[in-house]
Amino acid sequence: MSGTILQIDNVSRVFPGVRGGAPVRALEPTNLQVAQNDFITILGPSGCGKSTLLRIVAGLDRPTDGRVMLNGREIKGPGADRGMVFQSYTLFPWLTIAENIAYGLREKGIPKAQRQEIVASYTEKVGLRGFENHYPKQLSGGMQQRTAIARALANDPEILLLDEPFGALDNQTRGLMQELLLGIWERERKTVLFVTHDIEEAIFLASRVIVMSARPGRIKADIPVDLPHPRHYTMKTTPEFSQLKAQLTEEIRVEVMQAEGVH
Amino acid sequence: MPRPLEPVSQGTRVTLGISFFILFVAAWAFATLGGFVSRTFLADPITMLQDGWLLLTRFGFLGDIGITVWRVVGGFILAAAIAVPLGILMGAYKSFEAFLEPFVSFARYLPASAFVPLLILWAGIGEMQKLLVIFIGSVFQIILMVAVAVGNTRRDLVEAAYTLGSSDQGVVKRVLIPANAPEIAEILRLVLGWAWTYVIVAELIGSSSGIGHMIIDSQALLATGQMIFGIIIIGIIGLISDFLFKAVNRKLFPWRLA
Repeated sequence: MSGTILQIDNVSRVFPGVRGGAPVRALEPTNLQVAQNDFITILGPSGCGKSTLLRIVAGLDRPTDGRVMLNGREIKGPGADRGMVFQSYTLFPWLTIAENIAYGLREKGIPKAQRQEIVASYTEKVGLRGFENHYPKQLSGGMQQRTAIARALANDPEILLLDEPFGALDNQTRGLMQELLLGIWERERKTVLFVTHDIEEAIFLASRVIVMSARPGRIKADIPVDLPHPRHYTMKTTPEFSQLKAQLTEEIRVEVMQAEGVH
Repeated sequence: MPRPLEPVSQGTRVTLGISFFILFVAAWAFATLGGFVSRTFLADPITMLQDGWLLLTRFGFLGDIGITVWRVVGGFILAAAIAVPLGILMGAYKSFEAFLEPFVSFARYLPASAFVPLLILWAGIGEMQKLLVIFIGSVFQIILMVAVAVGNTRRDLVEAAYTLGSSDQGVVKRVLIPANAPEIAEILRLVLGWAWTYVIVAELIGSSSGIGHMIIDSQALLATGQMIFGIIIIGIIGLISDFLFKAVNRKLFPWRLA
């Protein structure tokens, strides 16, 4: 186990009430330490504040209280050191696939020749060779999200943040994308923070699953996943996997019942 | 019966489009040549064409067309050069918008034609006055429409740019502007159409050249054929400029159609 890269200290978020309504507490004071090279999935029902937490780490939202430290520096806003992949398709529609992947590199002022080299390597890694000059509109949802992952990784961030990136994809595509992302992680050992509400996805990808409770959001359980690497999709049917899944299903079920008001 | 929203083929579209023009001219010819409308008030299509030919060959009407086109394009470019950057700034920076939006919204309703007498006092009856009428008519419209377009840029694209390391200026330059460029071009196309109505108003009063001047001259002579010819010429030029604008937009923004 290597050192801590990301430290979340007592971070909470309260959204002001709309039109004189009561303020909404989206996130209870939360503490989390992320070690270098960890693949952490944050699992929880919708409305549990998991996306809010990720957006705070990204710098796109401000905590009401507490702070987030990345490599000892406090996060004050968004930056290239934290790559983000969104649930919605956020490729720039006026840029080609290659230009999209090169976006961050251009902002950094990396010379063109080097840019092309990096772009070529990441187009290869996400299996999009031959699509460099296509516009995002011409690609399927899965291909667009692969490009978004390549775009975030090409920037060489210290941590990769993913907010339900495969949520809008069909089941088969989602499975392939999980394997692709895991393959990249196994090779490059990036630190990853991955938000999802899919239990299987959370276990399959993670080295650690953080389970969050609903309204107000707080961390309910922190479960290490010791399944061996490299992982293959057939792992999803092993007894070890099933046991973890049963355990997490139970944890989440209680939360969903509470959130939906079922007792 | 055709179904709602059912598309038609390109050929049918062109045929239908042309057939209404034919129907329109036929109705006009029937009313005038058939003697249902007095010739004093409405010339028939043939007289109109003869008058038009005379205008072009004997009275140097091509020069009038040229000067009118120049005025529209000149005033319009002047307005666009100022309005587009202002609109982008207003769309991007909310404090700037709060500062200017109320005034621009008010100024937008000032009728450009009502400025004609005032502008004659200020700028005389030279070219500057004509350009200013078009400028006043276009500039506030463009500012507001561009500001709205830029203000409606998808938030997630802006957020993605920030997480990729864009600065605030970088977001304006590399997200807000390219994302809205096609819409800005579309706004310009629309407002250029309106600019054509302002130029004629400007030429009706205190002018010695241009299509509008020819029309007001013809009125004194009760030459309805010439007047109608002038109006039709404006329509045709409008159609051509619209077509060119669309072609250029398609060429400049292939990603929109991809």
